[in-house]
Amino acid sequence: MNIIYTDSLIIGGGLAGLRVAIAAKQRGYDSLILSLMPAKRSQSAAAQGGMQASLGACAKGEGDDEDVHFEDTVKGSDWGCDQDVARMFVNTAPKAIRELSAWGVPWSRVRGGDEEIIVNGNKETITEKHEAHGLITARNYGGTQKWRTCFTADGTGHTMLYAMGNKAMQMKIPVHERKEAIALIHEDGVCYGAVVRDLINGELIAYIAKATTIATGGYGRLYADSTNAVISEGIGCAIALETGIATLGNMEAVQFHPTGILPMGLLASEGCRGDGGMLLDKNMHRFMPDYEPDKKELASRDVVSRRMIEHMRKGKGAQSPYGEHLWLDITFLGRKHIEKNLREFKEICEYFLGIDPVSEYIPVRPIQHYAMGGVRTKVTGESPTLKGLFSAGEAACWDLHGFNRLGGNSVAETVVAGMIVGEFVADYCAVNSLNISTNTIEHFVNIEQKKIGDLLTRKYGENPFKLRAQMQKIMMDNVGIFRNASDLEQAVEALKVLNQRAKTVALQNKISSSNPELVAAIRVPKMIKLAQCVAYGAMLRTESRGAHAREDFPERNDRDWLKRTLTSWPDDDADLPEVTYEALDVMKMELPPDNRGYGVDNTIGHPDTEKREAQIKEIKKANKKADRFEMQALLNPIPIPEKFKGKNERIGRGYK
Amino acid sequence: MSQDGRILKFEIFRYNPQKKDDTPRMVPYEVTETPGMSIFIALNEIREQQDSSLQFDFICRAGMCGSCGMVINGKPDLACRTLTSKFKDGHITLLPLPGFELIGDLSVNTGKFMQAMSERVESWIHDVNADNMNFNKLEERMDPDIMDEVYGLERCIECGCCVSACATKRMRPDFLSAVGFMRLGRFYLDPRDKRTDEEFYEIMGDDDGIFGCMTLLGCEDHCPKNLPLQTQIAFLRRRMAMVK
Repeated sequence: MNIIYTDSLIIGGGLAGLRVAIAAKQRGYDSLILSLMPAKRSQSAAAQGGMQASLGACAKGEGDDEDVHFEDTVKGSDWGCDQDVARMFVNTAPKAIRELSAWGVPWSRVRGGDEEIIVNGNKETITEKHEAHGLITARNYGGTQKWRTCFTADGTGHTMLYAMGNKAMQMKIPVHERKEAIALIHEDGVCYGAVVRDLINGELIAYIAKATTIATGGYGRLYADSTNAVISEGIGCAIALETGIATLGNMEAVQFHPTGILPMGLLASEGCRGDGGMLLDKNMHRFMPDYEPDKKELASRDVVSRRMIEHMRKGKGAQSPYGEHLWLDITFLGRKHIEKNLREFKEICEYFLGIDPVSEYIPVRPIQHYAMGGVRTKVTGESPTLKGLFSAGEAACWDLHGFNRLGGNSVAETVVAGMIVGEFVADYCAVNSLNISTNTIEHFVNIEQKKIGDLLTRKYGENPFKLRAQMQKIMMDNVGIFRNASDLEQAVEALKVLNQRAKTVALQNKISSSNPELVAAIRVPKMIKLAQCVAYGAMLRTESRGAHAREDFPERNDRDWLKRTLTSWPDDDADLPEVTYEALDVMKMELPPDNRGYGVDNTIGHPDTEKREAQIKEIKKANKKADRFEMQALLNPIPIPEKFKGKNERIGRGYK
Repeated sequence: MSQDGRILKFEIFRYNPQKKDDTPRMVPYEVTETPGMSIFIALNEIREQQDSSLQFDFICRAGMCGSCGMVINGKPDLACRTLTSKFKDGHITLLPLPGFELIGDLSVNTGKFMQAMSERVESWIHDVNADNMNFNKLEERMDPDIMDEVYGLERCIECGCCVSACATKRMRPDFLSAVGFMRLGRFYLDPRDKRTDEEFYEIMGDDDGIFGCMTLLGCEDHCPKNLPLQTQIAFLRRRMAMVK
């Protein structure tokens, strides 16, 4: 048996995984990263438009700070997020971006002087301050009060990932490529690493570690149409679920991006709308102001996606051989702007559609984009139920995003969570020793070996590709943007059947080494379980919050549903997961539940909301001299690691 | 535009080095073309419906991650964004990228090559202060135009098409290749990297480096990101030639 030991094992080599590894290594602990492919090819590279951090250097970002970023993030989440986490996040994001600048990200910079921009379809001139010249600039994004999204053209994720990957290489952190974790190894409620399959020679290897971090990204590929990379299949979340001990949080919270490009479902960055792009219907009418006169195309993603579907349901969509769609118009931004700040998007349009976005409109419709749900963690990033198991980035439900993530907050989360969770991983390595017998390790390896043996010897059975396609169709048709009881019940039942069928997969190509069919056969039963968590959670949640929109329960119901869904699968033979709930404590919220400011406010209030509002008023009255930092500490004390406690400097404002 | 419903004729290289007694061969497949079909879609259809053992690599399928470089009708390119409609006679021959270790069929180990390249050029900011930086303070100011230029060079996605298209690489197995020069050019331009010309010379000042390029332009002709490879190579060569 091949066993590899390390202090900190990280599953996933994207931005979050790399940053956790760097943090642990900086503290003197050996880190080892497992990746399905070369780390620089991770889905992080596909993040285009930018990363939110309240640097406030550009003219339209003036007055921005942690407090404004916090408010936008909590509102964006439809009050579903963990406000302690949101606080830690907004305070650390400026540090993360500055660190990445020192590590080589060529962030776009402020140019002092006049600049022409497009706001609401009209040209405007803004004047950038000369004293800010050369500092990191930002662009506009949906659901934010300030221009806060820092960027490198529309290849932000790529430059961040390369800088982070380079840093990890400089620190000699090993990345084991083409390795897939297929099960976690655990004993007495403590996780000790993973059973890993070598995707080239098929060998099973036990990677044993004090701390194991899941940073495998999202589960967009549970859906037929997704902007996600083809490897975003949620396997990291699934192996956590399969322990029967770790829990997943808010799996039903799935974001649809307004501008997926037809027919391939590639992403048109939010930067397109942030920079002034508009959405048009089949009559070339700009419809978003009719629905959201205030934020228009830059309402939160969940809101824009729903309005687009609503508009198409009224017969206003354009028809094409690929189905119904709307148009994205960025023509008036001009060639110079598009070729500089939206060049990757332009390339996609040219190669995939044969369209030049400088002069033509782009066919778009909302498609699956992001998973707010994932491995449930405490603020430290550790699973509350399985010790030694950590998670960061999209794979985690650290719960920065609640029921809707703001554009620009995902790459920001990956690096910020990497920094913060990485410190807690190092703390964990400092006080825990490895205490696991080879018998236990062997037991877990043998289970996986047997499963693979069964797959390779079974003569007749289900086709894994077909099962996957059926699951993806069910999710797309019944667990999409608008949901209702009857669709969801159907989905839950149909997925139960698929779960059973997935137990008898048989292969045509019966070899244990490099074999794409075997890879699919190992993954598909795991993906179906995750899909069940999403569909079942969505069926049970009888309210609408953020991206979870129930046609039969259109109101946000704080009274009954201000709580996080927790899903686990303790009995492997059961055909449904176990669902419990974790209440969010209004009495501890820095920002008590309120109206998000879109459409009609039909919120059913929480009984504590008024109490908490009165309490906050009292605290503010009693501490009139407190500055914003002291006030935040009074309203929302957070357990942020010492390293990240410093205040952030801003141009023209210092550390205030 | 794509001709809906025509039959595409694929010839695909097949060889699995993991399998004893397997021999390299070309295998024909037929696929019915659909609107907007790319080689990504066609290959997945072949795998899911005709031959589940077919190996290839795709990740982002949007031309951003660099996984899917292969030789398409004789030219190295990204398969994900190559539309089948581009081929008038409907014949498409696919081979793995040469110059890299073969994993199987169309899948090659570019990762291993790129890791070695990055280590060789020390692909990171060389600045002793970078680790002791105070991230609470305003970041160091940078010239906006230089940062845009650095991004222009950093757009390389390490797909390996330039390596496969390079005749020098065929003659000199340790030739750094355009992808390596591009990376060096990126750090050479970046004011945050404090390496001197002499230090850069140590990395590339020989025939396996910048002086080995025969300027056959294969890299420039086949870079899917249209990066200014020859301009960068010429620039670096001039700078390195001036190092005493």
